[in-house]
Amino acid sequence: MIRAAALALALLASPAWAVEPDEILDDPVLEERARAISANVRCVVCQNEPIDSSDAGVARDLRILIRERLVAGDSDQEIFDFLVVRYGDFVLFKPPFKPSTYALWFGPFIILFIGGAAVAVSLARRPRAPVKNDLQLSAEEEADLAKLMKEDTSL
Amino acid sequence: MKRLLFALPLVVAMIIGGFAIWGLSGGRDPSSLPSEFISKPVPQIDLAAIEGVERPGLSTADINDMDGIKLLNFFASWCGPCRAEHPNLTRLGQEEGVTLIGINYKDKPEAAAKWLEELGNPYVALGSDYSGRGGIELGISGVPETFIIDADGIIRHRFAGPVVGDGLRRFLEALDEVRQ
Repeated sequence: MIRAAALALALLASPAWAVEPDEILDDPVLEERARAISANVRCVVCQNEPIDSSDAGVARDLRILIRERLVAGDSDQEIFDFLVVRYGDFVLFKPPFKPSTYALWFGPFIILFIGGAAVAVSLARRPRAPVKNDLQLSAEEEADLAKLMKEDTSL
Repeated sequence: MKRLLFALPLVVAMIIGGFAIWGLSGGRDPSSLPSEFISKPVPQIDLAAIEGVERPGLSTADINDMDGIKLLNFFASWCGPCRAEHPNLTRLGQEEGVTLIGINYKDKPEAAAKWLEELGNPYVALGSDYSGRGGIELGISGVPETFIIDADGIIRHRFAGPVVGDGLRRFLEALDEVRQ
């Protein structure tokens, strides 16, 4: 009986979303925007988790603050700017594109280019193996093959 | 020339490895975040006094009116490390000629008043930040955190975590730097 009840409870349990019921806005459009924004804002306590799914106190405060600002009519960009002023670019999961992040954005392509160039150079320098046009076996090779075929290979 | 090219990947790996070792040694913590407010004035805050504590509240104008170096300490009665650093902060306030100001973060006024009565109240001004919005204005991630504000009202250093042990040593180094 107890087991059955426990199982029923376990089945009832929904996945743990950090967004708590009292935070959710009545307006589904604004709530949708709030979810999208908070999915791209890093929690400064747990650092690899977005505030959308973090249980940290500051994350909850920021979620509520984002919703308050949305209700007050802020654009998404204004909200991101508000957070960046206080917590730095670090809070954005998608780093901004600016001179100090050029290395981050272009680095992989530069490395890919260097690697591609190295492969191209080494392929170009490799001595080409002489191409044989005779696809027919010579008489000598035919004889060797026949000899091999005759040998008992069944073990 | 060819031999040099063969050594290139090794050299690159050593540079990356050296950078990683540098980043992890010498007290550098890769998870500690720099503050956005270093070299900037104190952002706008206006916090009421803690009910039941005989200290004025704290606003940015109040902080700018104070002379000398200020230590702005975020604390809470529910925070264990705050209790641990409290004697050190008290001593800094008495011996180092700095002004201690506090923000009581997400704490019930009664609990904060009791905590200060028990451990002593070294703060000249105390703001109550029950909602945690004051903490967000200064970009804190938790308590305790202590900011060093210079005589001109510019934030010079952010110290996250308790000012104890090695933390105290690093905090004093930062304080010396601000004094110069």
